[in-house]
Amino acid sequence: MKKGYLGVDIGSISTKAVVIDENSKILLSKYIWTEGNPIEAVKKIMVDFKKNCPKDLKIVGVGTTGSARRLIGSILNASIIKNEITAHAIGTLASYPDARTILEIGGQDSKIILIDKKIVVDYAMNTLCAAGTGSFLSSQAKRLGIQVEDFGKIALTSNNPTPIAARCTVFAESDLVHKAQMGYEKKDIIAGLCKSVALNYLNNVAKGKKIIEPIIFQGGVSKNIGVVKAFEKILDTKIITDPNGHLMGAIGVAILSKKESDIEFHFDIADYEYHTSSKFCSGCPNNCEVILVKKEDEIIDSWGNRCERGSIKN
Amino acid sequence: MRKIISFPHLGNYFVPVKYLLKRLTNLDVWEAPPITKKTLELGNKYSPNDVCIPFKYNLGNFIESLENGANILVQAGGGCRYRYYAEVQEKILRDLGYEFDFIKLISKDRIHPLEVYKTFKNLNPKLSFLKFLHTFLITLFFIYYMDKIDVIIRKRIGFEVVKNSFKNLKEKMYKDFSKCNHLLTLSIQYFKYKKLFKNLEIKKPKNCLKVGIIGELYTSMEEFSSYFLEEQLASMNIEIKRYTDLSYLLWKKRLTTKYMLFKTRKYCKYTLGADGLDNVYRTLMLSKKYDGIIHTKPFGCTPEVGAIPIIKKVASDKNIPIIFFSYDCETSKEGINTRLEAFYDLIKFRKETK
Repeated sequence: MKKGYLGVDIGSISTKAVVIDENSKILLSKYIWTEGNPIEAVKKIMVDFKKNCPKDLKIVGVGTTGSARRLIGSILNASIIKNEITAHAIGTLASYPDARTILEIGGQDSKIILIDKKIVVDYAMNTLCAAGTGSFLSSQAKRLGIQVEDFGKIALTSNNPTPIAARCTVFAESDLVHKAQMGYEKKDIIAGLCKSVALNYLNNVAKGKKIIEPIIFQGGVSKNIGVVKAFEKILDTKIITDPNGHLMGAIGVAILSKKESDIEFHFDIADYEYHTSSKFCSGCPNNCEVILVKKEDEIIDSWGNRCERGSIKN
Repeated sequence: MRKIISFPHLGNYFVPVKYLLKRLTNLDVWEAPPITKKTLELGNKYSPNDVCIPFKYNLGNFIESLENGANILVQAGGGCRYRYYAEVQEKILRDLGYEFDFIKLISKDRIHPLEVYKTFKNLNPKLSFLKFLHTFLITLFFIYYMDKIDVIIRKRIGFEVVKNSFKNLKEKMYKDFSKCNHLLTLSIQYFKYKKLFKNLEIKKPKNCLKVGIIGELYTSMEEFSSYFLEEQLASMNIEIKRYTDLSYLLWKKRLTTKYMLFKTRKYCKYTLGADGLDNVYRTLMLSKKYDGIIHTKPFGCTPEVGAIPIIKKVASDKNIPIIFFSYDCETSKEGINTRLEAFYDLIKFRKETK
């Protein structure tokens, strides 16, 4: 019996999952849209994994990361639940041991992770605004009437990117509309948008951080070749993107689950009904919002209460 | 009409403040109801949008106190934008139609003992100056002892064996402290509790993680406004050091400013307003023995915004991890947790490889 480790990264826009073996080799991987329903997304992946899982593989470790890590962690009975910053760093270091800088732009957040001698020394995440993240790009793609997947290719055809003011998502949008009404070509606007995403990232998230080579660019937006080229032009260096770049968080948390003690795991969560509900505790005026996770009719986890009064027992 | 005094919250300092007001005025003293989400909602609703978050908490406290039946409100002030709090809050509350007396303890950025005495004399004509001084002095000692105990607690609470043992003992201590009428009895209580706290069972490894909290005063002292940062750090088994406390602000700061300017001469030529310079100095000090620094501030806190680039420079010169939290009523708790967890991993891995 071989040992396998499952890592699931449930992001705002997409859900990524991998199964790795003891040597951190990827055996199975899947990338689907979360579509606002993390439980359904994970169920879909589990059905798929169950079908394709080699017969002699036994999953002994499960890790979850991403914004729904807590919820999915309790459903999968995960051995480790880790924040996405650590997970990404660990995952990336497994394939690029000398990486010094990780740029990551996801659906709703963007982060920069600085690494020195294989440990994270500094990081930053966008704080107040989601300008320049994946969801901004996809909403602009919709406005321009093109598929977000084609964004990068179209951007590369432009020789003269239109400058777009991208300090703030809303203003960037109005600037974009304005430029389109002025008669700028679509490809130039798209190239301009890619450039502004890179500029915005460097000015907001990476502000004051030393970006040292090798630089790895990850997250959904790294699939957009237009943004990659824009980064290369601005930073004047080579940027590495990995075909598995979107899986790094999942790989990282799967690797982390190796250190935990072995657990029993089956891919059968799709056979059960999971419900989540929230309840406002009325113990005091704080009204903590308590989240409940139910498997069929049994409460498997609850959180959100600040004190004992709000705790929910079976 | 029955007179009831009330005042806004700042951590656990409602205990000595209540002690002081009660003894000075002989009136009913009800501290504001504990801060909850509702307090912030109320404060946010009636505050100017761009004002810093402590203003909103204070205003929410006042409104809840008034609803509770209080009719005399007390506010301090000084340092930064805090100077204007009293005036603006009074105006907002009056516009809302509340009727109350408003006492401003600090005028022109300073406490003038005589003026404060006059204010209290109006409330309590029997108050003698000697009694006033005496009570004031005991209260200062109350705060001093309380802060001393807090230093011990912060070092140990992350490693407590019995859950909530520190919290429960602390509450008992406040009750006993409040009963003391003389400096001597208060001191006896202090030494008793100091011993009790040191004897509480802990399991502390030799090279545990140590984190220093610096930043703006309200967010570092009022745990609700920082989403219970210290509690969270304690649950991660971290030893905590915090410089800002009331005894620091009341007298230590005055005594050490010149020294801090000397120590930070490489970075600062003059003070930065409020606790700006202090935080640069603290970064410098913490970089020697600590594993990481957490800087907290309300969103838009001007003195800290000015200090942050300097703090960043010091931290990178001294090679110590630092993280900045900026709180506002729209801050999401999830976002803070993710960053805090990542910070914990960062300092932990760093320590392990050292």
